[in-house]
Amino acid sequence: MRGANSAAMRRVGAMIERYFYLLKGSWPRVIELAYWPTMQIVLWGFLSEYLVAHSSYLAQASGVLLAAALLWDVMFRGQLGVSVVFFEELYSRNLGHLFASPLRPYELAGALFAISLLRTLIGSGMAALFAFWFYHFPIWQMGFMLVAFFLNLIVMGWSIGLVVAGLVLRYGLGAENLAWAAIFAIAPLSGIYYPISVLPAPLQLIAHMLPAAYVFTAMRGLLFQHVFLGRPLALAAGLNVIYLALGLAVFLRTFHDARLHGRLLNLGE
Amino acid sequence: MSAPAAIEVTDLSKRYGAVTAVASLSFALEGGQVLGLLGGNGAGKTTTLAMLMGLLLPTTGTIRVLGEDLLRHRYRVLAQINFSSPYVDLPHRLTVYQNLRVYAGLYGVPDSRMRIRELARDLDLEGLLDRPYGRLSAGQRTRASLAKALINRPRLLLLDEPTASLDPDTADRLRSYLRDYQKASGAAVVLASHNMPEVERLCDDVIMLRHGQIFDRGRPADLIAKYGRETLEEVFLDMARGRDQL
Repeated sequence: MRGANSAAMRRVGAMIERYFYLLKGSWPRVIELAYWPTMQIVLWGFLSEYLVAHSSYLAQASGVLLAAALLWDVMFRGQLGVSVVFFEELYSRNLGHLFASPLRPYELAGALFAISLLRTLIGSGMAALFAFWFYHFPIWQMGFMLVAFFLNLIVMGWSIGLVVAGLVLRYGLGAENLAWAAIFAIAPLSGIYYPISVLPAPLQLIAHMLPAAYVFTAMRGLLFQHVFLGRPLALAAGLNVIYLALGLAVFLRTFHDARLHGRLLNLGE
Repeated sequence: MSAPAAIEVTDLSKRYGAVTAVASLSFALEGGQVLGLLGGNGAGKTTTLAMLMGLLLPTTGTIRVLGEDLLRHRYRVLAQINFSSPYVDLPHRLTVYQNLRVYAGLYGVPDSRMRIRELARDLDLEGLLDRPYGRLSAGQRTRASLAKALINRPRLLLLDEPTASLDPDTADRLRSYLRDYQKASGAAVVLASHNMPEVERLCDDVIMLRHGQIFDRGRPADLIAKYGRETLEEVFLDMARGRDQL
């Protein structure tokens, strides 16, 4: 058993090495990872400065918009880190080689999670530093809560990323735009910049099924009332366990279908 | 107790809706033997290779590889086999060395640096190790892909057109290398090729496929004699064109 586990870890390590080589070999890619989140923060930073001066609501917690933008980016980068990195295997027509090796699909998913974490830390980390330098907003003052927010959001991003990767396994690279579209479809329902109570009742029902909505509720509680809201975070974590299992199930199912229909050798550009 | 056959295929079929890609294929291959799969485009060669690797699930039939049921113990088997095909690429942005490092990790190759150097020397890749795979010529890619296929010293090697895109000299040296490897390691090899001289030279046994079915099987020399032809290429042309004398 221990031998099997160490072999699995070695294979995951090999795939992480593969994606690390990809990242290391292209400085423009690393810069791009930090560029978009930082630009977001530039926009939200100026908007915050303006609104804080004109809004009593925002004056209570000047960093709330920046915190929301930074945390939303964690989920967005987390999702892209899984789906877009998976697309690399299709672009290079490498799936046949990968799955003719002893690599299990869930080991590939593990490697995608690891590289997604690294990419998110680079992208969102740079944006967080920028928010501190230019807008004097140290997001790390949230302490342990920041870790809880980060983990919940990145895991939700991974679940969506696995579903997108599965859909691309099923429908080919024609479905790759889903990587960008999927997460924006749930953005309005996640209560990133406003409480979900402003949503129409039917949409609130959907919002209550999204871990991100609970994370942003807890974030506002922390920044406005300075209270630790454990229940929303527990709900987010519980939902994330379910969604991650569902994401893996979709990925494994589409992998099985790809073997059934001969797509592993044919998928690619 | 004798060693299990490298491959035992029984009643293997693959259907896509109304289209039958492979129908009721049964054959066995002993260790240390080289089997050629011959057939025109769409005869079922690549489909058969894909099923032997578990990349494609059969509609019916059983596949035993190195004594294991491939459908039940796929991952135990995959560590001991490998393949190369000009139709499946390696990551373009990674160098040849990085690609081989990654696959050495996936296959659990001990002392991967040494193995990569060894393969680079044997396959004339030494000057290409630091070059991105995507910047290689077609022939160089074929050699890099073959290095990947040999990285784990496979007991069963599946090769789809292994000398495609190679100049005659390199192709000839590669055939010699493959033959030497196969003899030294005792590995079984399945070779799908359109290159008849290559099949005649490398294969102990040949399966001729047409419309997904076994049309005939035998040693290259025996098939040539059976159909009264001079070369395997003539036998292949007769089969492909459905000539009456067959």
